Amino acid sequence: MGINERESLLHSSVDKVLVIEGTHAASYAVKLARVQVISAYPITPQTGVVEKLSEIISHGELSAKFIKVESEHSAMASCIGASISGARAFTATSSQGLALMHELLHWAAGSRLPIVMVNVNRAMAPPWSIYVDHNDSLSQRDTGWIQFYAESNQEVLDTVLQAYKIAEMVLLPVMINLDAFFLSHTSEPVAIPRQDVVDEFLPPREAPFKVDPSDPHAFGALIGPDAYMEVRYKLHRAMGDAREIIRQVDTEYAEKFGRSYGGLVEEYQTEDAEFILITAATASSTTRIVVDSMRSMGFPVGMAKLRVFRPFPDEEIYKLVKKARKIGVMDRDISFGATGIIYQETKAMLYNSLVRPPLFGFIAGLGGRDITPSTIEEMFNYMIKNDRPESETIWVGLKHKEN
Amino acid sequence: MTQIKYQLPEEEILSPGHFACPGCGATLTMRYALKALGRRTVLVIPACCWSVIDGPVPYSAAGVPVFHTAFETAASTASGIKAGLEMQGDHETTVVAFAGDGGTFDIGFQALSGAAERNEDFIYICYDNEAYMNTGIQRSSATPYGAWTTTTPSDSPKGEQKKNIIEVLAAHRIPYLATATVAYPDDMVAKIQRAKMVKGTRFIHVFSPCPPGWKFDPEDSIKVSRLAVESKVFPLIEVFDGVDFRFTHVPNGIPVREYIKIQGRFRHLSDTDIERIQQTVDNEWQRLAERVRMSRKKGKAASKL
Repeated sequence: MGINERESLLHSSVDKVLVIEGTHAASYAVKLARVQVISAYPITPQTGVVEKLSEIISHGELSAKFIKVESEHSAMASCIGASISGARAFTATSSQGLALMHELLHWAAGSRLPIVMVNVNRAMAPPWSIYVDHNDSLSQRDTGWIQFYAESNQEVLDTVLQAYKIAEMVLLPVMINLDAFFLSHTSEPVAIPRQDVVDEFLPPREAPFKVDPSDPHAFGALIGPDAYMEVRYKLHRAMGDAREIIRQVDTEYAEKFGRSYGGLVEEYQTEDAEFILITAATASSTTRIVVDSMRSMGFPVGMAKLRVFRPFPDEEIYKLVKKARKIGVMDRDISFGATGIIYQETKAMLYNSLVRPPLFGFIAGLGGRDITPSTIEEMFNYMIKNDRPESETIWVGLKHKEN
Repeated sequence: MTQIKYQLPEEEILSPGHFACPGCGATLTMRYALKALGRRTVLVIPACCWSVIDGPVPYSAAGVPVFHTAFETAASTASGIKAGLEMQGDHETTVVAFAGDGGTFDIGFQALSGAAERNEDFIYICYDNEAYMNTGIQRSSATPYGAWTTTTPSDSPKGEQKKNIIEVLAAHRIPYLATATVAYPDDMVAKIQRAKMVKGTRFIHVFSPCPPGWKFDPEDSIKVSRLAVESKVFPLIEVFDGVDFRFTHVPNGIPVREYIKIQGRFRHLSDTDIERIQQTVDNEWQRLAERVRMSRKKGKAASKL
């Protein structure tokens, strides 16, 4: 959980505290954001999101249309339609469903539509797996979606609310990722903010452009080589602008709700750290414990939790490498034939940096394998013992290793 | 001389500065459709000839808002637009998906079937030019038996029948279905106007002649359209609730040969092939006529109750 976790449950913005699963935290956030159109298709372990939303709508607690489509591809298409009409739209998916949406992820971002989606990170098949890893969302890297990774159910709720604000400011869609089962099906106390405070933070959407018969325009028509590149440049710039917007929105959120998550990267015990591990999502909670225990034994270790993967937090990582002697990256993903994806991004970004500490790329926890304190200790110990990594991918917790 | 009386709305919403080929049936369809629909309309256009016809950025010939969407998403995008408008209090705007046969019969069929099953409140107009024309005349499941396309060359033309999209959609029991074609604009406009009055999923299947794809002279578009109807190749019908079938025009039943001979895409067909097509057309017509008779009987029975 983010900073000030206990205090934040008592904050004046809190309506009630519920002990709920991560999927339901997302549903409550959608309700508080006064989403107008939801379109989704069921997939384990996302189903809790849409089941709870169906209940919320049928109880009259949220005035929204829920389009129960026949596929994730249609779910995203309907969100695109709803969003271009000027409405606030939401969907949720996971793994195979996200992959099926791929074409329309490009369409949503290319249309500059502020759609918000919750993706429950689940390993890609085959072989079938319903457990967590991050290959599903990380392989959507180049679609133009802002990507968040949540560590707690509270962060899921808070990030969905932040996401609408960010999306509608920069006109880019936002994906909030949460780990299958570790968050989606695990109950935690979650502060549900008061509707009036949320309304102040997130006013109704005002679309700068939409399909409007009184002002007819065509959207997404053919464009030649004389202009396509500029359209893409603008999308890239918007993604760049999103870095500052994400920081600002997180700060504003802290003022209103008493919780913040460090903007793009949350650092833990990094001030005097010589060995820093970059993490994402729920493995960060385990890493906090390991950092504390190793520090008590005298090891100067720290953690940097990557909260945002797109836009990539370049400034934050530049600052980080100036502090540490060695940096490790824990990837719950693998780009086959290359390295862990976050490791690869970090390494590429640092190439032109004047300060380049040795970088260690750890692969762990694929397909829901537990990342335990000892898995993480092994990573820190490897960094402490070795001057440089022996390989570009260091698989931790692998049962059968070929030599 | 008989005076032909057109009861078409006079306002031209479609601009002349579009990018269609001469004699394009899809463009006439859009012209008539917009006359029937009026300006309070939003068009959803997936990949198809109309992605080009409407004009490149920053132009648009349609005169109403157009959202260009991915190939297979006309029905799902239209569902979303309608839901979004409704949630913002706009209950007046008609949302219209305007798609080719590829985007309707083939790649977009799953989304269309899903939307029809949910009875989403929009009009879906399929202009069927019986192949992937925009990409250069490749066969689709709407291509008729025996036709040449670039993927069914004339020494091995299409060996399968055209998918009967009306029957498939009738099986979804949507409130309104109709067929139409450009040689009968009053019939087409009346059907689209009727569709506009109905709530739920409405589907108009438009037979849309394509001079470059079917290999006929652009000035013969209307003639080809008329021959298709009069030879019973393309019956003009309405279907209510997926069960109540009605003819809206009684064809004179000219030989199918007259329709076939005017088009280069059938040039390779032998007399036996044409006879086989005639047989199929006759059989299909009988089946359809039987459904119309059944509907009439049921209607009478119902009116007695």
